[in-house]
Order: sequence, then structure tokens, then C-alpha cells
Amino acid sequence: MYQAKVRISLKPSVLDPQGETVKRALGSLGFESVSDVRAGKYFEITLDAKSATEAEAAVEQMCSKLLANPVIEQYAYEVVRLGGTHS
Amino acid sequence: MKWGVVVFPGSNCDRDVLHVLRDVLKQDAEFIWHEQRSVSGYDCIVLPGGFSYGDYLRTGAIARFSPVMQSVERFADRGGLVLGICNGFQILLEAGLLPGAMLRNDSLEFRCQHVFVRVENADTPFTHAYQKSQVLNIPIAHNEGNFYADPETIRLLEADKRVVFRYCDESGEVTPESNPNGSLRNIAGIRNEQGNVLGMMPHPERCSEKILGSEDGLHVFRSVLEFWGGGYCE
Repeated sequence: MYQAKVRISLKPSVLDPQGETVKRALGSLGFESVSDVRAGKYFEITLDAKSATEAEAAVEQMCSKLLANPVIEQYAYEVVRLGGTHS
Repeated sequence: MKWGVVVFPGSNCDRDVLHVLRDVLKQDAEFIWHEQRSVSGYDCIVLPGGFSYGDYLRTGAIARFSPVMQSVERFADRGGLVLGICNGFQILLEAGLLPGAMLRNDSLEFRCQHVFVRVENADTPFTHAYQKSQVLNIPIAHNEGNFYADPETIRLLEADKRVVFRYCDESGEVTPESNPNGSLRNIAGIRNEQGNVLGMMPHPERCSEKILGSEDGLHVFRSVLEFWGGGYCE
């Protein structure tokens, strides 16, 4: 079994109203050092695959087909083997 | 002509659309369940508003892969008329039948209010019963109506008169104050390149009878009827 940790975030060119609001809230709490906040999504996907390469190929498809909207979002992921000695 | 109103789990404007079509316009209209694999026999498909699949992941992202949408995509590719309202618009964007995407409203608030929109293109199957630049009093109800597309797509949409509705003030001026959600260029509705697919955030079915305070939305459906009946001239 493998587990993929997938992060989805808005592209840098896309304004993030949620991140902006969180940034202002942090500022008003006294965290004046904060210069930027971007909100995103995080998924942990457990899947069966013969190899890490096969698992990564499947996760890539999942991201591009469903998990991220390529018009506004970008994605990154890492795949680890669960319970094994090597990944 | 025959209308089909798609019902996804979580659709909540499907009955309103059916009411306008059947009871107000005396049309042959029926529901299409989302598991249905064919939309043959229909002349216009309406994707209604609501919260299909609970708006999980992204609005419209799950609905876009439902069995009925595969056939709606083929129907649209063959030139069939498709009208997406609110969540229906979001589904059309996710399906790639219209360009762009919806972001969360810039206010981070769900906006449920009457707004004014200006008819930017009255030369479509969905709007020819309006005058160009006519100002409509029409309700919106959404959390993700902040239309976004990359600059090149926006340029194409504008150049090709594919922006069909724009948020404006009562006098028809397009101003930042009249933009309820942060949409680029105050965009409230767009059509596809061929002109047979329209997506709009405002709800025409909620303002199609006098008793509801405005009949400004009725002409979206009437336009389609006239277009179908041959009363439409390019």
C-alpha cells in the first residue's frame, strides 16, 4: 500500500480572498511579520499499487483530472510506501 | 420543443425552473436524473442551481463526472442548447464547456440579493428577446461566483462578444460597487464560441413572474422558445 500526500493551492497569479482575510486577521492579532497567506487543500490518499512509480502515475492522473482545477490551481504530492521498509 | 432539467443530488432550483417552463410558459419539460446516460429527445437542457454533491472539492467538480454530464457534453458538442444557472454555470466551467473558473466571492460571504445586470449580447439563443444594454433586476445566491480566467481568455471572451451579462448599477453603469463577488470585468454570464451554451450566475427562474417582484428573467426562456420556433433572426 502507498500513501500520497497531495497539496492543492491557487496559482500565484490568482487572488486568494480567503488567504488575504486570514492575513489581515493575523495582522490584527499582532503577527505583523506575516507578509502573505495562501489557503489551499490537503489530501491523504491511500492506494494499492505495484510500485511507487505506478502509484505516482495514478496520483498524477487523480490531480489533473479531479483534485485540482488547472485553470486556477496547482498541485504537488509525495508518495510513500506504507508499512514497508522502503518506498 | 422539449426541455430537460437535470437533477443532481443537491440541486435545489430544479423545481423552480420546471415550474417556469411548465406553468408559466406551458412547455413540455421534465426532470432528467443525474444517472441517466442519454439526453436524446431533448432540445434544450437546463443545469439548475443548487449545491450538487454538497459542493465538495469544488463547486461542480463532482457533478461534472456524473453519467448525465457525459451525454450533456456530447449534446453540446453537436450544437444542442445548454443553459447553466448558478451551480449549473459552475458545472459547465468544470466540464470545460465554458472557459474560466469560479473563485470564492471576494467578500467571503454568501451573496443572496437582487442585483442589476446589463445584457451585453442580445444576439444569442438565450437573450435575443432582450434589447442590447437592457438592465435586468435579477437575484443571485452564491458563495463562488467570482469569475476568473487568464488574461488571454478574457481578451478572447471580450473580443468575441462572449460576455453576455455584466453586473451593473440601476442605470446600467458597470462599476466596482455593483460587482457583488469580485468577478473579473463584472462578468455575470458568458457563452461558448458556438453560442449554444450559456452560463449565468443570476437566477432567471426566480424572477419570471410578477408576484416575485420581477419578470426580467422570463425572457431567457422565451428567447430559447423563439429561437427554436424560428422567430430568431441573426
